[in-house]
Amino acid sequence: MKLSARIAAPAAALVLAGLTATACAPQTSDTSAEGDEKTGTLRVWLFQEVGNKPKEKVVDAAVADFEKSHEGAEVEVEYIPVDTRAQRIKAAFNDPDSAPDLIEYGNTDTAGYVKDGGLADVSKEFAAWDEAKDTDPTARQSVTVNGQVYGAPLFVGVRALYYRTDVFEDLGIEPPKSQDELISTAKKIHQEKPDLYGLAVGGAYTYGAMPFIWAHGGELADETGVSYASAINSEKARKGIEAYTSLFGDDNCPAAKCAAMGGNATVTAFASGKAAMAIGGDFSHAAVEAGAVKGKYAVVPLPGVKQGSIAPAFAGGNNIGVLKSSSHRTLAVDLMKSLTGKKTQAKMFDAMGFLPTYTDVRATVAKQQPFVGPFVDTLGAGAKFVPASPAWGQIDASLVLPTMFQEIVSGRKDVAAASDDAAKKMDAAFADAG
Amino acid sequence: MTANTALRKVPARAPGAGGAPARTPRRRPASPTRRSGWTPWLYLLPALVLLGGLLVYPIYQLGLISFLEYTQAQVSGGEPTTFQGFGNYATLFGDSQFWQVLLATVVFATACVLATLIVGCALAVLLTRIRALPRLALMMAALGAWATPAITGSTVWVFLFDPDFGPVNKVLGLGDFSWTYGRYSAFALVLLEVLWCSFPFVMVTVYAGIRAIPSEVLEAASLDGASQWRIWRSVMAPMLRPILIVVTIQSVIWDFKVFTQIYVMTNGGGIAGQNLVLNVYAYQKAFASSQYSLGSAIGVVMLVILLAVTLVYLRLVRRQGEEL
Repeated sequence: MKLSARIAAPAAALVLAGLTATACAPQTSDTSAEGDEKTGTLRVWLFQEVGNKPKEKVVDAAVADFEKSHEGAEVEVEYIPVDTRAQRIKAAFNDPDSAPDLIEYGNTDTAGYVKDGGLADVSKEFAAWDEAKDTDPTARQSVTVNGQVYGAPLFVGVRALYYRTDVFEDLGIEPPKSQDELISTAKKIHQEKPDLYGLAVGGAYTYGAMPFIWAHGGELADETGVSYASAINSEKARKGIEAYTSLFGDDNCPAAKCAAMGGNATVTAFASGKAAMAIGGDFSHAAVEAGAVKGKYAVVPLPGVKQGSIAPAFAGGNNIGVLKSSSHRTLAVDLMKSLTGKKTQAKMFDAMGFLPTYTDVRATVAKQQPFVGPFVDTLGAGAKFVPASPAWGQIDASLVLPTMFQEIVSGRKDVAAASDDAAKKMDAAFADAG
Repeated sequence: MTANTALRKVPARAPGAGGAPARTPRRRPASPTRRSGWTPWLYLLPALVLLGGLLVYPIYQLGLISFLEYTQAQVSGGEPTTFQGFGNYATLFGDSQFWQVLLATVVFATACVLATLIVGCALAVLLTRIRALPRLALMMAALGAWATPAITGSTVWVFLFDPDFGPVNKVLGLGDFSWTYGRYSAFALVLLEVLWCSFPFVMVTVYAGIRAIPSEVLEAASLDGASQWRIWRSVMAPMLRPILIVVTIQSVIWDFKVFTQIYVMTNGGGIAGQNLVLNVYAYQKAFASSQYSLGSAIGVVMLVILLAVTLVYLRLVRRQGEEL
């Protein structure tokens, strides 16, 4: 009884304090900039890639050019680990005093960062920039929120079908030309070679599953004026979901193992020689080269529904944006142009294999590097993007789509019920985000 | 989550808080020189200041945030902070997933607590019955498990039970059975790991308690022909009551708040979220999707549940104690 009195006292204090709370609300920061200085130090955060040295060289060259043409301006570049980027960038938004002027960010985060009030609107400068005219439409879409531009695309990443040439030769089969063929080929391989997954798929591999939905004409969400409405439970989307989930099972990729896999796990399975096919990105090239299948694989675009067509791929990639809190706005925008300009992107491709966002530059590099051919073809056939809504970050983080796929492949719900549930959750997130 | 960590302190001081102050008021009138009533408070002041800063203030912030709309946009100043009243709680209680997760958490925590107590007490009794060398070995093994960080332990367990490379499946001849695919087998696997890393605390504490029981009492019981089980039930357990109360409350709080094991072993909540427990669910809401206010509301709900469980348990135990 004494104990409850002990607890009652602080509890009462808590309630009282809560009533008088308005005076000390939780912290909120003001991210608006105070001025636009024309000299001084610009701070830049870029992602630390695996094998970062070549990237640093390209960046250093771009920075040197920039410093030469801008008297009195200095640039400090810091490479931040990809794993903790979300925390770092949130922290930068929370504390403008120690925030950088420019950041590199994943393009699915654009809308979220804009809503957080972190990124500056650079629509005017982007429209007036002559090189931006050649930016491909999907990349442009990935920096656009409600018609305004919040950064410049740095590179695009796109996925295609990796397959084992030795296995295909052994079985006397050709790379699949349509989605039906893809599924039947996968099952055939697993039947002939039971210790290989025909096509490695993952229940948590959202970006590998999306092309199936898009290939059937489905959409994740439809734009409704200012917001979005989920379309994941539409007739067409369901066909795509059905096609993708039909690949889980003892005839290709057993659900007990594959339901939990994400994108990296499927690429790892392919690289270590446990799968005959996998959906991997141009950025997965290094990982596959380092694996057991080096020299025994090739890449083709992921086939669409119609014979000979290409399934629309997800256009991933990174952008560079100016922070709203930057006190060197003009300089920062100039540096952004310098870091994402055609010259830098072409060099960046040579150094890191990142695909340029300019259609003309991309065409040039594809000629020099045949490996990127299938990826460039995939982009050329029209890649797609996730809804440009701040809700996407939340939908992604709360695993709405992986949950849907996993419910289906584990037999807990059928396609209709699972997609209805996912649509409900997505709509709730869109409504929250406004 | 800060509040939850701070909560650990409550049960540890529970017996003291219940016992000592109860006697003071009765004794005070007898004292010849009545001292100022403020003296005890003066002595308590440093502790109260510390508790206020480390316990009350975080709980206050947690409660406050749970009544606001507070997401990343509010923290970084993109949108104004608004008062939501019980809006976050309404969202939470209206979410059917929350109730499923709550139920799973309660059942899972109960199973963990029972398993930990049974195994811990049984091994403590065993420790008193064996020779020095095996006792040392058992102690070292238990302390090793206890000292292993939860994340390391979980990773090792996942590897041991891995369908492709794990030795357990090979020894048991289970082929490529995936432990984490089914809901119950995944929970069972996590339960084993939780048991493995939390029984040493129970065992060591109870063992210390048993050693403190005068040997004459035990000797008398066995001379009277009591069986081992009878000695435990009628002699040891009643004498160990205060210790058992502490370890039970500790276990309830720890097991209710399990995070690392679920997060690591089931990859953030299992296939389609089948293995989510409240703490992981709160993490998903609060930090992964930056809905700090909703996460805070879950934290407050957990706090209330744990406080209620602890208080009810203490009341029950005390009532029984008076009868005895």
